[in-house]
Amino acid sequence: MRFSFKKMWAVASRDFKSYFTSPIAYIVIAGFLALMGWMFFFNLQHFAVQSIQYKQFGMGKGASLTEGIIRPLYGNMNVIFLFIVPFITMRLFAEERKLQTLQLLMTSPMRLSEIIVGKFLSALLLVVTMLALTAVYPVVLVLYGNPDVGALVSSNLGTFLLTSCYIATGVLFSSMTENQIVAGALTFAAGLFLWLINWASQSAGPVWSDFLDYLSLIQHYNNFSQGIIDTSDVIFYLSFVGLGLFFTHRVLDSYRWR
Amino acid sequence: MIDVSGLTKFYGPRTAVNDLSFTVNSGEVVGFLGPNGAGKSTTMKILTGFMPASAGTVKVNGFDVFESPLEVKRSVGYLPENPPVYLEMVVEEYLKFAARIHDVPKAKLKSAVDSALQRTGLTQVKNRIIGNLSKGFRQRVGLAQALVHDPKVLILDEPTVGLDPVQIIEIRELIKSLAGQHTVILSSHILPEVTATCQRIIVINKGRIVAQDTIERLTTRMRQGLLYTLNVKNPSENGITALKSVGGVKAVTAEGGTLSIEILPEQGEIRDRIIEAAVASRMGVLEFTSEKLSLEDVFLQLTTQENNT
Repeated sequence: MRFSFKKMWAVASRDFKSYFTSPIAYIVIAGFLALMGWMFFFNLQHFAVQSIQYKQFGMGKGASLTEGIIRPLYGNMNVIFLFIVPFITMRLFAEERKLQTLQLLMTSPMRLSEIIVGKFLSALLLVVTMLALTAVYPVVLVLYGNPDVGALVSSNLGTFLLTSCYIATGVLFSSMTENQIVAGALTFAAGLFLWLINWASQSAGPVWSDFLDYLSLIQHYNNFSQGIIDTSDVIFYLSFVGLGLFFTHRVLDSYRWR
Repeated sequence: MIDVSGLTKFYGPRTAVNDLSFTVNSGEVVGFLGPNGAGKSTTMKILTGFMPASAGTVKVNGFDVFESPLEVKRSVGYLPENPPVYLEMVVEEYLKFAARIHDVPKAKLKSAVDSALQRTGLTQVKNRIIGNLSKGFRQRVGLAQALVHDPKVLILDEPTVGLDPVQIIEIRELIKSLAGQHTVILSSHILPEVTATCQRIIVINKGRIVAQDTIERLTTRMRQGLLYTLNVKNPSENGITALKSVGGVKAVTAEGGTLSIEILPEQGEIRDRIIEAAVASRMGVLEFTSEKLSLEDVFLQLTTQENNT
C-alpha cells in the first residue's frame, strides 16, 4: 500500500478545522494582522515623508519601494512568524498525546508519514491563510505605486518557505513531549537559534564560517528579499522541512517502542 | 481469528505481560478479567498494533501484527481505556473522521456513520460537541468510533466504565448483539460484567493467565470452594494447628475469636471433622457457620495467590 493522500488529507483538514473551532486561529490571526497593519502603516508613512524629501532636494531616482517598504515589511513578517508559529504547532502532537487521541491515529490503518504530513500541512494551511490575508498590502502598493512585482512574489515565496521550516521544527518538538508549553518554548528557541547560528561565523575559521552561514535560516532569505529566487535556497528550505519531518517520524516510531 | 503465543512485554525492567498464549475464534466474545495493573490494557495495546511486543507473536485475521500492521489495523476496532475523542468536534463529524482514516469508502461514509450512531444510541446527540457531553455519552462515542468501519475484531478496554446502570445494560446488550458477526475481546475488572456478556473468560494476573474457560465451567469449578467461620471463646495456637491438620482444610486465619477456615475444592463433607477438632482442642466453640465462595471470592483467590493455575 502506498502513501494515501486521502487519509493524509483527512488528518490535515481535521486539524485545520480544529484551529477554527478553538480560539487559536482567531487570536493568532488577529494578533498577526494587527502587528502587520501597524508596521505597514508607519512604514508607509515614513516612506512617504522620505520620498517627498527626496523630490524636494532632487536626489536621484527617489526612494525605492523594494528597499523602503517590501524588504522591511516581509522582514518584519518573518520575525512575527518566528514568534507565532510555536503557538500554532505546539498542540499538533503534544495535545493528542496528552488527551490520548493519538491512540486513535496510531491504531488506524495509517502510515506515520500520512499522520505527520497531514499535521504539518494543517499548520501550513493556517500560515498560508495568514499570508493570503496580508495580500492587501501588495495590492495597496500596486494601486498607488509602482512596486517591483518580482520582489513581492519572491518575498512571499521566501516567507512561505522560511515559515515552513519553523513549522517543521514545531512539529518535531510537539512530537517529543505531551506538554504544549515545552513544545512551544523549544520551537521558539530552536527557530531563533537557527536564525542566529551564523553569529559565530565571524570568529570561526574559513570553512566553518561558510558552513554556519549556510545553516542559518535567515541567510537563505536574503536573496528572496531582493527579488531573486535561487534554487539552492529553495532546496535548502525544502530539505530542512524534510529533515524535520523525518526526525518526527523517528521520534513517534521510537515512542511506540518505549 | 486471534492467535496469541508467547506474548511478553517489558516496560524497562518491569514485566507487564509474561508469556501469554491464547486463541479467540471467529464470532466469539471473550472477556479479559483481572485486577488493575494485571496487563490487560498492555495486551490490548499490542493486539491493536499500538505497541510492539517484546517477544512472542500476535496474529489477527491471519496477519501478523508486527509484519503487516496496516492489514491488522484495518480489521480491528479499538476502544482504549480513555475514549480517544476530540473534545472540540461534533459527534457526527468525529465519526466521519474516524471512518475516513479507517478506509471507509466515500460512498459508504454516511451509512457507516449513521449505523454506528444508531447502534450506540447517539442519534439524538449527533450534532452536539463531544466536550459538552457527559462521560457516559463520550464513552459511547468512543464505542461508535470502534464500530464505524464495521471491523471483524473489536477490542474494548473497559467499555462500561463511567456509565450509569441503564447505559451499562444497553452497552452489554450491544456487545452481546455483536457476537457471531464480530469477534470481541473486552476487558474488565468487574465480574458480573464479564459473566453478562462473554462466552469465555481469560483471567489475567501479574501478566500471566491464571484461568481460561467458559463461564459455566469456571463457575461450577469455583463454586465448590467453601469457606467456614468458627467463633470460639479461647482461641489457641494448638487449636488452630489442629484445625489446619484436618484433611481438606486449605488455610485457617484467626482474627481474635473468629477463625476463617478455607476448604480445598471437591472435598466432600468434612464439617463434623472440623468441629470435632475444634471441640477436642478446648477452644470453647460458640458458633459455626458456612458460606459459599462467591464468584468474586474465587476471582480474588485466583488473582491473589501465586501458585494457582
